[in-house]
Parts: sequence; structure tokens; C-alpha cells
Amino acid sequence: MDFPIFHLDLLGNRGLIAIIAILHVLINHGLAVGMMPLVAAMEWYGHKKQDARWDQLAYKILFVCFLITTTVGALTGVGIWLSVSLVNPYSIASLIRVFFWGWFIEWLVFITEVVLIVAYTLTWKKWSTGTAKVRHIKLGFALGFFSWVTMAIIVSILGFMMDPGNWLTDRSLLVGFTNPMYLPQLAFRTPLALMEAGVIAMFLTLCFTRKDPELRTNAIRAAGLWIMIFAPLMLVGGWWYYSKVPEAMAANLSVGLLTLQFTEWHDLLIKVIVGSLALILIVAQFAIYRPNRVPRWLPLVPLAAIIWMTGHFERVREFVRKPYVIGRYMYANGIRVDDYPLLQRDGLLAHATYSTPLTRAEIGKAQPAQIPQLQQGKDVFMIACSRCHTGNGVNSVTGQFRRMMGDGKWDPAAIQAYLANMHDAQPFMPPFPGNQNDLKLLGGYMLHLQANEAPIAGGQSAGVTVNPAYTAEAMKAARSKETAAKEITR
Amino acid sequence: MSATPVPVDIPLPLPAPEPVLVAVLVGFFIMHIAFVNFMVGGTFLTLWYELKGLKERRYDKLAYAISSTITANKSIAVVLGVGPLLAINTLYTVYFYTANALTGFAWISIIPLVITAFLLTYAHKYFWHRMDNAKGLHLALITFASLIFLFVPLIFLTNITLMLYPDKWAGVHGFFSALTLPFIWPRYAHFLLACPAMTGLLMVWLFRRGSDEDIAATGFERAELLRKGYRWALWPTVLQFAVGPLALLTLPAVPGSTASVTIVFGISIVVSAIMCLLMFAETRRGGDKIGSSFGAVCTLMAIVILLMGGGRHLYREAAVSEHRELVKERTNEYMREVDAARAATAAQDGGK
Repeated sequence: MDFPIFHLDLLGNRGLIAIIAILHVLINHGLAVGMMPLVAAMEWYGHKKQDARWDQLAYKILFVCFLITTTVGALTGVGIWLSVSLVNPYSIASLIRVFFWGWFIEWLVFITEVVLIVAYTLTWKKWSTGTAKVRHIKLGFALGFFSWVTMAIIVSILGFMMDPGNWLTDRSLLVGFTNPMYLPQLAFRTPLALMEAGVIAMFLTLCFTRKDPELRTNAIRAAGLWIMIFAPLMLVGGWWYYSKVPEAMAANLSVGLLTLQFTEWHDLLIKVIVGSLALILIVAQFAIYRPNRVPRWLPLVPLAAIIWMTGHFERVREFVRKPYVIGRYMYANGIRVDDYPLLQRDGLLAHATYSTPLTRAEIGKAQPAQIPQLQQGKDVFMIACSRCHTGNGVNSVTGQFRRMMGDGKWDPAAIQAYLANMHDAQPFMPPFPGNQNDLKLLGGYMLHLQANEAPIAGGQSAGVTVNPAYTAEAMKAARSKETAAKEITR
Repeated sequence: MSATPVPVDIPLPLPAPEPVLVAVLVGFFIMHIAFVNFMVGGTFLTLWYELKGLKERRYDKLAYAISSTITANKSIAVVLGVGPLLAINTLYTVYFYTANALTGFAWISIIPLVITAFLLTYAHKYFWHRMDNAKGLHLALITFASLIFLFVPLIFLTNITLMLYPDKWAGVHGFFSALTLPFIWPRYAHFLLACPAMTGLLMVWLFRRGSDEDIAATGFERAELLRKGYRWALWPTVLQFAVGPLALLTLPAVPGSTASVTIVFGISIVVSAIMCLLMFAETRRGGDKIGSSFGAVCTLMAIVILLMGGGRHLYREAAVSEHRELVKERTNEYMREVDAARAATAAQDGGK
């Protein structure tokens, strides 16, 4: 509302964040948090056994991780920030105000982590004997620890978004940091990361040990054992998280609204965890007892299971915090709960600084007389709906209405009635934030979108126009008028 | 001129005293930009020397030595950029996010572009010897990386410049439209010249401390390498005497006073002049003496960068301070209305 509105009408704004964030999570968990202790352990084992082959294998695995984490991993981390600042600047700006010092400390730890990974990789061949080697192994474990700390801090912010707990009454960093979802999430993610690393290490071992069957056998077996160690911990963490989800959900919605859909999602979560874990354990067992018969593609099966599980886990996390983006403070549309009474009284456009102009393609065959109303309809859509929905792309509003009303010409009154009460029928939707006039404008705009499938342009291409009431010029004029009036009264 | 919007700010207090956030922003940004200069300049110099190496083999070795620094510098540059990003998000929320949104496609394209450039620099570095027989392709890797490194700073620069001029926001229709704002280009030229200059000093540092074997491996005398480094540092800096004032003069007039900005930049010109004289003297020195003023040169360069960072902050404040007061006023007014509406709704609900 008070930033120019960025909008992707094909992929959807959430899609942009999802692609970047899921890629980042997979790399961060599997190749950094979980992998660094595993590589250090391999190096330690090689040193203990005085077997240079283990050392070489550990280095090759590290080198792959180094290349990916310092390019795709690091940049997708920044990318989450950039994409969220485009898609939902209100939420990220608010989170930064609350978690500035948390993020700042995380950044310092991140600097340490990067310095350590660069040092660990670049000194591998120099610090190869005697005390230097021991120091190098310690460096590896320190790197693993700092990788975990960065995750431990970020998980707090993710938990906060699901359920801010007592922060709504006591707005301090510590209260926000120790939100109810924090420890269960961390307890789940930590063994998940370690297991994912085990599976990836198994795959890389199969790639790097073709010429050494003995090393391959031992290393595959070791990776299988590594997975077996952390599997039960992941199950415990997963169960803890699973049992806490309804509490967070209940905090966001009244219990009566816990719908069948949520129950299905929730049940599916534990099934996904148990199913994936079973698959991973079968592969791990096979790796332990028949290491020489593990084909190169086999680790890709548990890896796919982990990706699926992580994806579902993140979707449930997203789902739990709905209809909010910050639990009970800000709705997914970026509008604060406290702003609702004002906006529902005056209408969204009365307080909006910017309007996102219609493009020619968006106007299409509309009559000139209809354009002002269409423009207002688009602005209501952009403010109230566009953070999650597109016009005709992924998760489109037209798709939703087509499912409900078919392909015939829609009835604007039915659309308005639905929009006014949709949060009752679908508790994951925020209540409509505007007034009756906004509903009418939006209903008319939906009808236009049914006929015109041109992509809805965001501020990044269409630019913005400014509400004349909220310009510096208008405010200064009002101020001068006020001063003059005071002078006259004197 | 288009109307100047006055939006509502985020109604949560700053998480730290403003001077602390400013110190984080300016201090860490200076560190970040130094490594960005090393990374971008290192890429350009590698390309340049690798091209020269097609005719004279030892330049190829020199290019290899410089290219080895790029990947480490890029990791530090990225990680040091996060802190200033955090601080600018906090201090200039309204301004920064608005500029991001108005140039959104370009802003988000930074991620795939930089990932591509980084992967190219790794491929270029680690396949150097393996691609001895595919030099054209090898050069293509670093050329492509250089082009990306030329483009990405322009996106950042456009954003941090656009954010300072709320009166221009309504006239912008995407990144390329924002590029037509005339004052962006001199600042971009200023940045580009700083890249080889900083990397020149990095070369001096690298080859001053390099072992005799490392130096011999390049096929150059140590003094020759130091002289080359100083030349890269000197001549682009000399050009800055034209570009720097041009960048300053083409900046639009802003509501606040810029007298302090002019003073700070004036001092930086004087310091730069002394630094250039020292570097020029260094390039004239004989084999055993060259490099003896390196500490002094680096200190002067650090002072110049600090002054630049400080001056930029003063200008930023002069540009937005008046507008920020209006934003504060509007936010307070909006919050009063929010509270009144909430109270009215609560009373209504209570009355039912």
C-alpha cells in the first residue's frame, strides 16, 4: 500500500520467494550445516587411520560444497532478502525492526563461517601433517559449529513468523527470539541437515571412488552409519514439531476453524516424515550391509525423499502462519491487524499513497468511461490480493472464481458476497481489508480479468502515480494554511 | 516535475540508536565496497593481462596470479555486503524499498547474474591449465564474467541513487527508465575507475609479500610488478579528478545543506592529490626502493575512502532529511487515525 507494488503476474510473487528459498534451504542444510561436520569427521578418521585416501575423499567432497555454497548458497541467501523486500516489504521491514540484532549477530557468525570455509578449503593441502593437521581438523569442526549457529538464529525468525508468542505484548528481541516454535523447529532441522549431508556424501563418494573399491565400500558404509545415527533424532524432532503445530495454528485461528484441510495437511506431514525416513533407512541399511552393491543412482532416491520432506515441511510452516505473515500482527497481504478498522471504514484507496497504472494491454477493449473504475479495481486487487494471487497466472484469482462459478459470465454481486466472507469459509485467507466500495470495485475488476487475460503490470514496469492528497506539495500547502489560520486566530 | 509522494513508514521504532545504525552502514559499506573493487578490478585486470598473454606468455602467468585473488575477494565482498544492506533497510526503509520495487526486475536479476559470474570465475580459475588449448573459450569465461560485473554495480548504483529523490519516483517506469536519470552515469564512472585503482594497490600488496619463487614464476621482476600495480592505482585515480567533481556537480540540488559535503569532498581531493604524488614517486623509484611508501599510500587511500563514505552519507541525509520529516508527520497522523478507528470499533463491539 505504501510502497510501489512489485508484482509478477505469471509466476506469482510467492513463487519467486519459494524458488529462491527452497534452493537456499537445500544447499544450506545439506552442503553447509550438515556437511561440514561430516567432512571434518572424515578428515579426522583419515588422520587417525593415517589413510590419505580418506583425506583426499573428504577434500573432494568439501571442494564441491565450497563451490556451491559460496556461489548459489550465498547468493540465494541474499536473494531471499531481496525477493521478500520486493514481494512483502511491510513484513521484512517489520521483522528487521524486531530482529535487527539477531540478524546482525547472525551476520557476524556468517562472516566467520565464510572466513572459516575459505580458510578450511585453502589450507587443506598446506596444513597436512603433524600439529598443523590437528589444527586443520579443529578448524573443520569449528566451521561446522558456526554453520549450525547461523541456522539456529534464522530458525528463530521463521518460528516467530509462525507464532510470535508473547512478543505481541512484550515487544523485545529476547521474547521474539524465544518464540514457541523455535526449539521444535531447530530440533527437527538439525538432524535433517545432518542426514541430508549423509545422503549427498554417499552420492559424491560413489562419484569420486570409482577406482578404489575398498575405499568406496568403507566410505559408503560410513555414510550409511552417519545417516542411521541421526535418523532417530530427526524422528524425535519431527514428532516434537508435529505436536506443536496445532498450538501455533490454534493461536492464529480460532479452534473451531481448524478445518479438514489443515487436519489433512497436518496428518500428511507426519506421514511424509515417517515415509521418507523409512525410505532413507532402507537405503542406509543397504549401504551398511551391501556397500559394494550400491549403484550411483540409489542415494538420489533418499535425496528426493528429503527434498520432498523439506518442501512439505516448508509448506506446512507457511500454512501454519496463515492468514498472517507475522502471527496475529500482520496479515499475509502485508496489512497490520490494527489497520483493519480504519481501512474497512474508509476504504483501501483513501489511505493509499500509490496507484499502479493500467497498461494498454490491461485496458484492452474497455470503454474510456470504465477506465477510472478499472484503475481503482486494479489498485484494490494490488493492495488486497496480489501478494499471494496473480490475475491469470499461478494461483490466480480468475482460476479460483472459474472453479466456483464456471466459464459463463460471472455475477459481480456473487463475487462481492464471496470476497466479503471468504475468511469464514477459508480461514487461511485474511479478512477482506477494505469497505463495500472496494468490494464493488474489485468485483468489477474480476469481471474484467475474466475477459482480458493480459498480465497485470506491477510498479516495476508500469511505474506509479501518486495520490494527490499524499504529496509533499499538498502537505506543505496544508501546513501553510494551518499556520495562516493560527495567525488569523491570534 | 512529478509530485513527491509522502508514504507512511513502518510504525515500529528503530532497533538501535540512529548513530549506531549509521556507523554500521557507513563503516561496513566501506569495507564491502573495497572488496567489490578488488573483485571487479581483479576481473578486468585478469582479462586485460590474459589478452596480452596471447602475445607474450608471461602476461598469462601474471593474469593467473591476479585471477587467484578474485574468488576469495568475491566471497568476502558478498558477506560484507549483508550488514550494510541490513542497516540501509532499517534506516531508509521507505526510500530503499521504493527504489527496489520501481526497478524490481533488475533488482532481483542481481541474484542469477552474480551466481553466473561467480561460477564463471571459478571455472576460469580452476580450468586455467586444462583449457590451455582452448584459450578462446577460456577468455570467453572471464569476458562474460567481466560484463556481468560491469552491469551489476549499475543496478545497485541506480537503486541507491534513485532512493534519494522522491520527486523522481513517479516518473520512473522500470530500471532502464531510471537509467535515463542523468546523474547516475558520472557516479558509475567514478565507481568503475575505483576498481582498477584499488586492484592496483592489491597487486602491490600481493607482489610485495610474494616469495621469490612466486615472483619468478610470473616471469617479471618484483619491481616491475610493483610498478604495474602503482600505475593501475595512479592513472585511474588521476582521472577521478575530472570524474569525481563531475559526479558531485551533476547531483541534483537537494533540500538540505550540502556545504559539509563539499568540504568533505574538497578534503578528499587534497588527500588524493598527495596520494597520487606519492604513487607517482613510487613508480619512478629503483628496484630496491619501490614499495617503501606503500603503507603511506594505503593510509591515504583509506582516508579518501572514509571521506567518500562519510561525504555520501552527509549528502544522503541532506537529500532526504526534509522528506523524512514529512513521512514522520504523515505516519503519526495515520497512526492517530488507526487508533481512533480501533477505539471506535472496540466501543461499537462493546455496545453490542
